Amino acid sequence: ICFENSMQNIVHNSDVSSESGDSTECVAEEASLILDEMAHRLQLSTVRFFVFTLSKAFKRLFRSVCVNEEGIQRLQQAVQEHPVVLLPSHRSYMDFLMMSYLLYMYDLPLPVIAAGMDFMSMKFVGEMLRMSGAFFIRRSFGGDKLYWAVFSEYVKTMLRNGYAPIEFFLEGTRSRTCKSLTPKTGLLNIVMEPFFKGELFDVNLVPVSISYERILEESLYARELLGIPKPKESTSGLLKARRVLSEDYGSMYVYFGHPVSVRSLTEGKITRSQYNLLPRCIPQKPSADTHEFLNDAAFRLVRIQEENMVLKPWVLIATLLLQNPDGMDLSSLAEQTDWLRHLALAFGAYLDWPDHEACSEVISCSLALHRHLLSVSAGHVQLSVTDAPQVESTPEEAVFHQAVVVLSCASYRNQILHVFLRPALLAVAMQSANSNRKDDVYNCFNFLRNMFSNEFILCPGDSVQDFEEACYLLMKRGVLQVLEHEIVMSASGHSTLAFLSSVLDPFLQGYQVVSRYLCEETNENLTEKEFIPAVRNFALKLILAGRLKCYEALSSDLQKNALAAFLRLKAVRKVKVGDQVTLKVNKIAVNSLEDTLGKSDVTSHQNSWCSSMAMFEIAI
Amino acid sequence: MEENGSLFLSSSSSSAQQRLRIIAGHLQKRPEDENASVAAQECKAEAPRSEPSSATPVPRRRQEIMKWNGWGYSDSRFLFNKKGQAEFTGKRYRLSGLILPSLKDWFEGTFGANLQHRSPATPSLNLSAVAPPNLNQPFVEDLKAAGLTVSHDPEDRVFRAHGHCLHEVFALREGRIGRVPDTVVWPSCHSDVEKIVELACEHNVCLIPYGGGTSVSSALECPREESRSIVSLDTSQMSRILWIDEKNLTAHVEAGIIGQDLERQLNERGFCTGHEPDSMEFSSLGGWVATRASGMKKNIYGNIEDLVVHIKMVTPRGVIEKSCLGPRMSTGPDIHHFILGSEGTLGVVTEVTLKIRPIPEYQKYGSVVFPNFQQGVACLREVARQRCAPASIRLMDNEQFQFGEFCFFLILLSFFCFDPQHLCVATLLFEGDRGKVLQHEKQVYDIAAKFGGLAAGEDNGQRGYMLTFVIAYLRDLGMDYYVIGESFETSVPWDRVLDLCRNVKERIVRECKERGVQFPPLSTSRVTQTYDAGACVYFYFAFNYRGLSDPVHVYEQVEHAAREEILANGGSLSHHHGVGKLRKEWMKESVSGVGLGMLKSVKEYVDPQNIFGNRNLL
Repeated sequence: ICFENSMQNIVHNSDVSSESGDSTECVAEEASLILDEMAHRLQLSTVRFFVFTLSKAFKRLFRSVCVNEEGIQRLQQAVQEHPVVLLPSHRSYMDFLMMSYLLYMYDLPLPVIAAGMDFMSMKFVGEMLRMSGAFFIRRSFGGDKLYWAVFSEYVKTMLRNGYAPIEFFLEGTRSRTCKSLTPKTGLLNIVMEPFFKGELFDVNLVPVSISYERILEESLYARELLGIPKPKESTSGLLKARRVLSEDYGSMYVYFGHPVSVRSLTEGKITRSQYNLLPRCIPQKPSADTHEFLNDAAFRLVRIQEENMVLKPWVLIATLLLQNPDGMDLSSLAEQTDWLRHLALAFGAYLDWPDHEACSEVISCSLALHRHLLSVSAGHVQLSVTDAPQVESTPEEAVFHQAVVVLSCASYRNQILHVFLRPALLAVAMQSANSNRKDDVYNCFNFLRNMFSNEFILCPGDSVQDFEEACYLLMKRGVLQVLEHEIVMSASGHSTLAFLSSVLDPFLQGYQVVSRYLCEETNENLTEKEFIPAVRNFALKLILAGRLKCYEALSSDLQKNALAAFLRLKAVRKVKVGDQVTLKVNKIAVNSLEDTLGKSDVTSHQNSWCSSMAMFEIAI
Repeated sequence: MEENGSLFLSSSSSSAQQRLRIIAGHLQKRPEDENASVAAQECKAEAPRSEPSSATPVPRRRQEIMKWNGWGYSDSRFLFNKKGQAEFTGKRYRLSGLILPSLKDWFEGTFGANLQHRSPATPSLNLSAVAPPNLNQPFVEDLKAAGLTVSHDPEDRVFRAHGHCLHEVFALREGRIGRVPDTVVWPSCHSDVEKIVELACEHNVCLIPYGGGTSVSSALECPREESRSIVSLDTSQMSRILWIDEKNLTAHVEAGIIGQDLERQLNERGFCTGHEPDSMEFSSLGGWVATRASGMKKNIYGNIEDLVVHIKMVTPRGVIEKSCLGPRMSTGPDIHHFILGSEGTLGVVTEVTLKIRPIPEYQKYGSVVFPNFQQGVACLREVARQRCAPASIRLMDNEQFQFGEFCFFLILLSFFCFDPQHLCVATLLFEGDRGKVLQHEKQVYDIAAKFGGLAAGEDNGQRGYMLTFVIAYLRDLGMDYYVIGESFETSVPWDRVLDLCRNVKERIVRECKERGVQFPPLSTSRVTQTYDAGACVYFYFAFNYRGLSDPVHVYEQVEHAAREEILANGGSLSHHHGVGKLRKEWMKESVSGVGLGMLKSVKEYVDPQNIFGNRNLL
């Protein structure tokens, strides 16, 4: 009801009416249409129905759902203090169903969820979701001021009234790769604004990390990354997904992080008085400072999500199998997994490793759960196509089938990337730097960090901190000695460094493929739309010709990120021609980027890593 | 501490008495000098004062009647007697001599204080703690040669080295004395001031004007970095009403007069200014001008800037004043606004022409109880929207309501339908002719009813005003038992009032906790003035400091944080207390760099030697 008032304000104050020349009544009507389309209608009966069905479904799908109960207690506390915003990671459709389910089970207020509009078009289910607290937002409404105004007022009103936590996904969409996505700041700004404007004393942000031992959408994602289009969400699609119900998806983990107070987050960074001079009902674009702050805060929150992500042994195994495309003996897999486990723990990974089980036992369990990605014969494990059609039609299809397996597997390795990322960047930097001088290494580190900042979660402006963290971790591990001006590899450090640089190898190779493509592409009028299919073809040809072994170069996610990096580094420019956006390539710049990437090259290290692993085996 | 406090006036609120007074005033007046009922007098020709006893100024030795280390008159104070009951001593106030049985419970309950744990003040000033004066001998001799009264007495100097900030009073109670003025001089008229300023420029000494000494912005503190001799210019002896012009309803008054004397003397003539800040017993007209003071009845009479018609100020550059008494001028920026709020940095205000009004025929108190603070604020907002605010309307929040309870002896039955944890009360004061007051009263109560407000009687309203008036005495009582506190104020647009109150109160509680305060603090707010576009909001903040090694520092940190919170929530740096040295750090943020530069350039021109070196404001 109090919303009515603010709506009036929107209608009167947004520049929409004056811009479009429409009468206030028209705008008001449009606004109320938007609101109808958007609003949730939380009904407990629907929620109960959902909970009933979900608990059945969850029981069939998962062996167990693990929740940190002290996190729930913290949340209970936080809900009483200030309005709460839940920020779960987004890997699956299950995420928000599970969130609501858990909150219901723990007797917490049910969240109101910002969900993408594509759900709404699912008949019946859309309505059901709406009645269990989801409200729908268009995927993009950059230009629509009225939509933005109505939407932000809607969210803020719910927040100010404080009757339910708001829930949304910082990453904006499901991550198809299981790497965290570069966070979006629009919604974060909306939920922080009531604090900026003094309407709330504080807002508690609760990052939630949801991880799956096996992801429901695993192969779907891989296909999507390879350009097989995503089916539109539809009810029949969901029904088909019933097949999913009969499979075993292992365990699911939900970790509720410590509430982050917006007030303490903004301390010294935001001058709230900048909001003093405009009536608070008038929507205000965030200032440059605010924008920077939001971006920084969003990155930090995603990093908290990453750090709290529970990792399973399979993640380690997947990492190793990807680095050994020709497969591994079970015994050496067991040894190396154990080694990697200790490395990961030393780097602070949140690993859920069964305490009392033998390593080989743990591994065979994991392999069994993920058997559809593997072939095991005579004690030899290899990533391979298992359920592929028997008739191999074309070499291209064979590549794609293999790529699905690799990308599915990569989505597990990606879950642990954040643990190895900084040391790995340092490892690669050490190999590509001209000398052992600390500043040389740092420059290389910084270059790589900059190159990959669309690929991984690297807080902007933290490069010195990241460098120091990497140095510290590797020093602690006895891999490096960091002297005043030099960084020296220890005698025993070789295998670790080799492993770490192999972690980044697919990305280095992938980016090189993209840059090579951009240099060799002759089409002056390459449009943005054509880019992905064209790079994919290029990579496919390289693979077919045997010049490229890295299937991950086929991933559209990697290709997009690489393009974004080149755009950011001004090696590529977007030019609008008519209604098409074309890409203008500065070949010299791209070439030099490729060269620099190439220094930390690929195959030679692959070999050295393998040989060092051999040494390692002997040592054991 | 400012604002309000019309006890002595309003206690005799019967209209008949007032009408009698007006009539008496008319009878006294002789027809031949209708224009100037008090003749302008030549200063130098001053004989023993011809005025009646009511015109006796504040004595030069203020310490004879006032506390040297606390608020107000020496004979008036709260104490807990041997039975543990609170009482208020003296004869001056309505509360004087009364026993307040429930104060102890409230005091102990709110602060976790205990009458066994005392923190008494140093009983008397230790003269050896006062540094010997740093005299500029030639200057002092010239002053004496000009026939001016001068003192180097440590008690006189200490008395003029402080206002009433918590840290100032706390230090006095502990017997700690910082830098104090080296000389005190008492001019008795405008030309004395001119002489003093001229000599100060000649000998390069620092002058600090001193009026009532009720500053709560560290404005009277001697700057530590000042190496010249510091001279306190006490205006208290310049306290005459020079003339009253009944045709134009103006009075020309010397700026040293204190509020209660001005009002009493005008009342004797049948007039009033209607300017009643809380501190009016002690604060001076010049001080009001220098700080942009506000009185509780501003809704009828206006704030000080609305009341002044003419100001005369002595600056190192000479005297600044306008050439006529026209009610409004378009002659460039109003030079009065360089003076109003200049906080003693540009010169000494010596004489002021003020608007006066006939004493209102009828005065009536009132009070309204609201189910919660939100409703109360909504009601005040509506009253302001309809522009029907009574002479005074104030809204206290629930914490203050609970405090007030010990005076609100009776809780009306009707209150029981409200939740006592959320109740809040508005106090009202109506003034004017009887018929209109009653009509006005009805209008306001009708609005209140729309917001769930219930009329709670005249007595409760009057007690509410009385309470604000003795609250400064209460602080001294608190300080005897490990409780320190203070009030501060701001002004804020209507739509932000609630958010600001909530956020600042919560910030105070949180900051106290973080800084190790062992007991939950008292953190309360009230809306004390309404305007078309916003309101004035007051905060009272106090806590029990047992267990803290440096309570004043903790207090200051919390107040600082609270001010940051106020500014972040769209509140102003000050509504009427002024900036002084306490809030200087926020000036640039408040008025922009250019704004501050403008003020600085005026200072630069008017006082290039920084003779008025109190370092306030800029």
